[in-house]
Amino acid sequence: MKRTLSYFLITAFAGIWLFSCKPKISDQDIEAKIQSNPTLSHIVATAKKGVVTLSGEAKDEADKTNIESAVKGMEGVKQVINNMTIAPPPPPAPVEIAADDPLTKGIADVLKDFPSVKATASDGVITVTGEATAANWKKIKMALDGLKPKKVDASALTIK
Amino acid sequence: MALQDKYKQLVDAATAAGAQVREQDGVLYIDGTAASGSIKDQLWDIYGQIDPNFLSGDVVLNVNVATAVAGARAKVTTETSNLNIRKGPGTDQPIVGKAAHHEIVTLVSKANDQWWLIRTDGGKEGYAYAQYLTPLE
Repeated sequence: MKRTLSYFLITAFAGIWLFSCKPKISDQDIEAKIQSNPTLSHIVATAKKGVVTLSGEAKDEADKTNIESAVKGMEGVKQVINNMTIAPPPPPAPVEIAADDPLTKGIADVLKDFPSVKATASDGVITVTGEATAANWKKIKMALDGLKPKKVDASALTIK
Repeated sequence: MALQDKYKQLVDAATAAGAQVREQDGVLYIDGTAASGSIKDQLWDIYGQIDPNFLSGDVVLNVNVATAVAGARAKVTTETSNLNIRKGPGTDQPIVGKAAHHEIVTLVSKANDQWWLIRTDGGKEGYAYAQYLTPLE
């Protein structure tokens, strides 16, 4: 009878132990779950006993925080170590420089009322010669800058 | 970055006005749309203080004014003369009419930043050089 009871108890305890372990999410499950999430695909996650370490590049600070809270909310995750870095901002688009033909046409329009000033366009650079008053030159320069030149070289211009 | 130091005051003002500031091959490019004509004037004033007479050739400042939109009214701000109204956008295009000095016209649309399609209250319509048109605010 005693033996039967101890068998029973052992079986019962083993049953409880097995049962309590059954719903436990393994580290592999956590990793797989993160990897299969399309919004988390750009990060690297390693899980160890429910502690998830995140690395890789987040798009920005908000992305980093969102990912962390998303992973924290997953079943089986006890703790999140967030080692993600923030991706550097993309470099600005290169400056758009107009071609010489539209520049030449634009120059003709700008200088129509300023016959004492001449300008030519070559490889996007507008070279200005002749003479102008300071006030007129300001107007001309404002108009020339609007044509999207590479630069406006007025070193040969005389200001009266 | 030396240019951005030289023109720091201009860069700061332009950035505050929402313009894009880029440095490329020794030239500082400032592009954008200012909320008003006075902000555009202010940027040019700052530029002129740092580089008197704009002769260094290291800045291209291209700022448009947000109020210059279709339907807006604009004043003809020529020196003294009438403003030519042309058939198309370019001084090579035939003149179809004239707007008087200080006349108020309607901005119909923009062919580009240089040429605007305008209509006078007298009903004349054609392209005029934008530099001589100041949008009313």
